[in-house]
Amino acid sequence: MSASLLAMAGVSVIQLGAAVTGGPLLYGFMAKVRARAEGRAGAPVRQPLLDLRKLAAKERIHASHSSAVLPLAPLVLIAATAAAIVIAPLISTRPALGRTSDAFVIVFLLLLGSVAVALGGLDAGTAFGGMGASRAMTIGALAEPALLVAVLALSIQAGTSNLPGIVSATLAHPGWAASPERVLALAALVIVVFAEAGRIPVDNPSTHLELTMIHEAMILEYAGPELALVTLGEAMRLGLLLSLLANLFFPWGIAATASIPRLALGLAVLGAKTAAIAGVIAIVEVSAAKLRLFRVPEILSAAFVLSVLAVVTGLVMP
Amino acid sequence: MSAALLLGGLGLGASGSLAGAVLPARSRGPAAAVLTAGACMAAFAAAVRVLASGGTVTVRSAQILPLTGVTLSLDPLGAVFVITAAVVGAAAGCYAAGYAARGGGSRTATALLPLFITSLLLVPTAASIATFMAAWELMALTSLLLLLTGHRRREARDAAQWYAVMTHAGAAAILLAFVLIGAHAGGESFAAIEAHAAGVPPAVRSLAFVLALAGFGSKAGMVPLHVWLPRAHPEAPSPVSALMSGAMVNLGVYGIVRTGDGLLRGGELWWWLAVAGLGVASALFGGIHAAASADLKRLLAYSTVDNMGLVLIGAGAAGALAVTGHRELAALAMIAALFQLVSHSAFKGCLFLAAGSVQRAAGTRDLDSLGGLLRRLPVTATLFGIGALSICALPPFSGFAGEWLLLQGFLRGFSAHGAATATALLAGVAALALTGGLTVAAFVKAFGIGFLGQPRTPGAAAAGETGPAMVAGTALLAVPCLVLGVIPGAVVPLLARAAGTALGGTPPEPLRAGAGLAITGSADVIQPALLAAVLLGGLVLAWGLVRLRAGTAARRGYRARRADAWGCGRELQTARMQYTATSFAEPLQRVFDDVLRPDRDLDVSHLAESRYFEQAITYRSRIDDAVERGWYRPLTVLIQRWGEVARRAQNGSMHRYLGYGFAALIVLLVVLA
Repeated sequence: MSASLLAMAGVSVIQLGAAVTGGPLLYGFMAKVRARAEGRAGAPVRQPLLDLRKLAAKERIHASHSSAVLPLAPLVLIAATAAAIVIAPLISTRPALGRTSDAFVIVFLLLLGSVAVALGGLDAGTAFGGMGASRAMTIGALAEPALLVAVLALSIQAGTSNLPGIVSATLAHPGWAASPERVLALAALVIVVFAEAGRIPVDNPSTHLELTMIHEAMILEYAGPELALVTLGEAMRLGLLLSLLANLFFPWGIAATASIPRLALGLAVLGAKTAAIAGVIAIVEVSAAKLRLFRVPEILSAAFVLSVLAVVTGLVMP
Repeated sequence: MSAALLLGGLGLGASGSLAGAVLPARSRGPAAAVLTAGACMAAFAAAVRVLASGGTVTVRSAQILPLTGVTLSLDPLGAVFVITAAVVGAAAGCYAAGYAARGGGSRTATALLPLFITSLLLVPTAASIATFMAAWELMALTSLLLLLTGHRRREARDAAQWYAVMTHAGAAAILLAFVLIGAHAGGESFAAIEAHAAGVPPAVRSLAFVLALAGFGSKAGMVPLHVWLPRAHPEAPSPVSALMSGAMVNLGVYGIVRTGDGLLRGGELWWWLAVAGLGVASALFGGIHAAASADLKRLLAYSTVDNMGLVLIGAGAAGALAVTGHRELAALAMIAALFQLVSHSAFKGCLFLAAGSVQRAAGTRDLDSLGGLLRRLPVTATLFGIGALSICALPPFSGFAGEWLLLQGFLRGFSAHGAATATALLAGVAALALTGGLTVAAFVKAFGIGFLGQPRTPGAAAAGETGPAMVAGTALLAVPCLVLGVIPGAVVPLLARAAGTALGGTPPEPLRAGAGLAITGSADVIQPALLAAVLLGGLVLAWGLVRLRAGTAARRGYRARRADAWGCGRELQTARMQYTATSFAEPLQRVFDDVLRPDRDLDVSHLAESRYFEQAITYRSRIDDAVERGWYRPLTVLIQRWGEVARRAQNGSMHRYLGYGFAALIVLLVVLA
């Protein structure tokens, strides 16, 4: 009993470590793919990690009108994202506290992180922070329902909302991965991931023009270690979103037992899967233009309709 | 023992009212507050005993009301509503003492508040038609009079007029429904009606349910009968707003469940589909308006419409599942609805009281004029933050457990085959998901614009904490937000008992409640306490990392330096440059333009010399309730027209009245002959 508990705790620690280093590496990888596609050499893949180390050692600077929310928000983002990573089935179907790893818990933990960042953006009392928070909340308010209903569609199919349960059920029924409700839910979730991770066509993470910023506008007042925390939190979030997308729709390779070779294989496969998705996202970013802010609700409502259709399909096609 | 506690509670409430009416100004506030707190504690104890034992306490008296007498009966379903009313009542009573001490309470208000709270405790215990209607009217009249204590303001008078009309039309519908059922069942007490409900003809039952749904639904803020709510809740004195939103609207849901599931024994499928459908409409309409509103209390009022919509979806789903024979699923949906209702009472009461403190401290409740209050009212702001996190359904606060239970109810409910039920559940899921996102946007706006940033007006800049009684009252309601969220397992078994009473008989247990919540026969478990511990651990760990690394490059240590915010190259940054609540909500308002139909006015005047130079720009945007404008305005215009026609017939001339009398006499004679 205690040995298996230890193994589960080990899985969670590895997942957390993988997200802390892997999330920033995904950023670096995407930047590299973009650069190559545009014909540039680009920065090394590990550049985001070096940036984080540099930022973490700098002094803390807070905007003059800010309150305790400004330094607290990145901590909440990190804590909520880390909690989700610890309990989610990423490299193994048996993480610590996996019994309580409910899909809806993960959805609301991600929401907690977004709320914290939005409040942090409003705290300095500037036009840009408010602008970013307002836009992020508008997009979040429309992405949230699509995410929730898509997760519900998966839960109805598997008969449980327990994430390791859904992943194991998919492993046991390989046909599910190609079932119509899965495909519809996947389409909805892909749109949601673009919105939640703030990538083109929803948001441009590398913009330098304040008026077009969404996420960058919110974190404009962050500097030094707190900026490092927000960036790390967002990177971990991206890692989590891509891993969940990979494991829910293509779970093969995930470790079902806690033996070290299987875990190593799970980690390697997860890295490959997330890198593949990140590569696709980077290619989309190179080839597409950012949408006007008021066109974004249209694609998000399309995601919502797709997810509702996924539920309907699951109900009428047993 | 429970009976004595219940009667003692009601007696203490009445004496609190008396103390508020007769004692001198200095002592009446504290005396009324202490007696109200006693009343609430006694009623709370009685209700908890009933819930824990699962029995029913009945008290009868033939002396009080003529002809019918008074029948009070506290069963587990009623006990849930007594508990919410008692907790919100105690908090509001405590808050009111501080509110009155700062010039907010006349003798009338101090005397009426305990009576209002007592009536809220009385309604869920009333067990006969006459007793119920008497308690219901007492609640309506005391709350109306409390609303009218602000009669010097035009908005309060308008709100009172709307409230009076809606609440009395609702009471008339309820009375008609009860009389119809009572006449056919051949009894006046609820027990007698329940025993003979099967003998009532189906058409009468359906008519009675529709009437009861209209009457109780209007009290619960059900769209399209909600129009009084966003007017009355903001204009009422703050403790009364909290009581209305945290306890009174619940009783509308109580009435629907008691009539439909209890008195009429379940009834037909379409009743419950209608309840769920109206719940969907309420949730979406309330959610969209809350996201667009810039008035703090109006935002909270619309969010009440939204949350009551969610409760109605749960109650409707429970009724539909029970009628189609899925008792276990029905019990799960009913538990979810009750949990959501109880948790809504806690966080909405807390939010309304905190908003009242803000209004008192800053002199306004317009979010566009607030800002920077976290540094000026740290405790009130933190309590508002707890309420806001809870209503956004973020773990580990109470709203999350409620939302999870509702989602589980829907998830399981889909296994009950039936196209109508599945469609209703699907609409419910969509509404729940959409309003979830809108609520988060609304409350990030409320907290972020109201409490963070810089103060936008001198009033907000000069604000300070409002005194211990008001803070304590608010804090009393913030505690259940945390407790229900972290250990929902403590109350779920009690709610399961209440759901069992509501649905009749003892349904199988759909939930196992221990440290967390687990759905029977599935792998679905949440452990909010564990989750809270993990979150707290993560928070401390991340903080420790920052503490360790920060400033090592500059050798400046952990202390943060203050610097001006980025102004895009501009030196001067004023509070007016911040985003306001209106600008924050503008994108969402644009998305939901068709529902909100804002009334916009843009006026640009040019210099006389050249059209290319603008002299002044005036922009005005107003969001009225589209239901009120589209459905109620024509009705009021019609009534007004009718009044004008009637006035033409009554011009005050004595000759004309004599003529009318003569004509009536002739007509009478002709008819009789």
